[in-house]
Amino acid sequence: MAFTNRLRNFIAVALLGLSLSACGYNTIPTAEATAKARWADVQNNYQRRSDLIPNLVATVQGYAKQEKDVLTGVIEARAKATQVRVDAGDLTDPDKLKQFQDAQSKLTGALGRLLAVSENYPDLKSNQNFLALQSQLEGTENRITVARRDYIAAVRDYNLTLNTFPSMLWAMTAFRGNKPMAEFTASDNAQTPPTVKF
Amino acid sequence: MTGVQIRQLNFVSAVRRALTIVVFGLALILACGAAFAQSLIFPDLSGRVVDQANLIPAATRQALEQKLATLEDKSGIQFVVATVASLQGQEIEPYANDLYRHWALGEKTKNNGVLLLVAPNEKKIRIEVGYGLEGTLTDALSRVVIANAITPRFKAGDFPGGITRGVDDVITILTTDSNEWTKKPQVRVDDPESAFDMILPFLIVALVIFILWNNSRGGGGGRGGGGPFIILPGPGWGGGGGSFGGGFGGGGGFGGGFSGGGGSSGGGGASGGW
Repeated sequence: MAFTNRLRNFIAVALLGLSLSACGYNTIPTAEATAKARWADVQNNYQRRSDLIPNLVATVQGYAKQEKDVLTGVIEARAKATQVRVDAGDLTDPDKLKQFQDAQSKLTGALGRLLAVSENYPDLKSNQNFLALQSQLEGTENRITVARRDYIAAVRDYNLTLNTFPSMLWAMTAFRGNKPMAEFTASDNAQTPPTVKF
Repeated sequence: MTGVQIRQLNFVSAVRRALTIVVFGLALILACGAAFAQSLIFPDLSGRVVDQANLIPAATRQALEQKLATLEDKSGIQFVVATVASLQGQEIEPYANDLYRHWALGEKTKNNGVLLLVAPNEKKIRIEVGYGLEGTLTDALSRVVIANAITPRFKAGDFPGGITRGVDDVITILTTDSNEWTKKPQVRVDDPESAFDMILPFLIVALVIFILWNNSRGGGGGRGGGGPFIILPGPGWGGGGGSFGGGFGGGGGFGGGFSGGGGSSGGGGASGGW
């Protein structure tokens, strides 16, 4: 008799395991991991932009020393932007994300001014190094746009799993601690890459 | 009211509430589905040259397809040329990225695809580069190709010439890197792995049951001869997440059966106009 009881227990455990996965137990952790990975992409691309700036500033400085205000503006904005980092664990905090976004969009603005100013220097505009940096910057801005869009979609997915049936049942039980993540607000000028004329 | 009536009422309202929740949930799913659905309409990936805007004469088109097929045979890189009649009000960057992902160019594990997109009505060009080729065909090089090979010819109205020259230059860039060129795409290693991942839970469950079974046999005393337990995977086990499939169309490349390999792009490349 002890044996049949145990057997029953084992089968119950095995069935539980099967039903857990069949009923979408994995849905929430999967969506959460995806959103966090997309966030890492966003941050990497912003980092990449930040890495381009010292070279860009040095190149512009060689031709347009008198544009001190604009150049220091970029350097300061970059310094501020690199200070604000958002770890994957902080994504549920909208304020943190807003700080990050504000710092980055200030840098976007400063960079836009720098590129606008460089239009006035024909020598700079035809400098190969500058042209290469410019296209890299442009490409990076575009990557940021794509990464942000992917992140927003992933967060929307994740937040949906917390609020919709049937994964909601898991959110109310096993994943009680999971909070919805913050989205970017759409009205950021980083959404549209700066237009660069050649 | 009698007790029966009250109970009936309760039942009716409970059903109504349940229905409301279900309808609400469905509406939510539909609404979100609509939000995610692409409002853009993309041309079909009918071959390596998709000429919706009718810019490329048949002879040029054949020559291009030949080159692109050779490139894919040798390096596994999926390079597609597309002209579209309209960007449907979009900027070329998001449009190209969406189109690239819609077609899923390049192998799924390597993301080695390139899309040359021409929108003659908007006078825009873009080279969209898959994740895997960003290091070879950089943004700066893509821009050089657009500015030097394509734009001057487009300005003169020579679309086939500009596209051909652009394709040649991109292929040169992609193939000069001998590593990228000589290395045939590796046999995918993730398939056996993911198969193992999928049966791993069964193995663990089987192992646990087997151990407990043995224990219980020891405790219960006697009942010899029972063979080891074998659990067959049931149909209920979803898991995995399509690492299979994403097969590679095209191979020999005579027309039919060309399809994307499942690759993706994160917006690498460059754009230009004329």
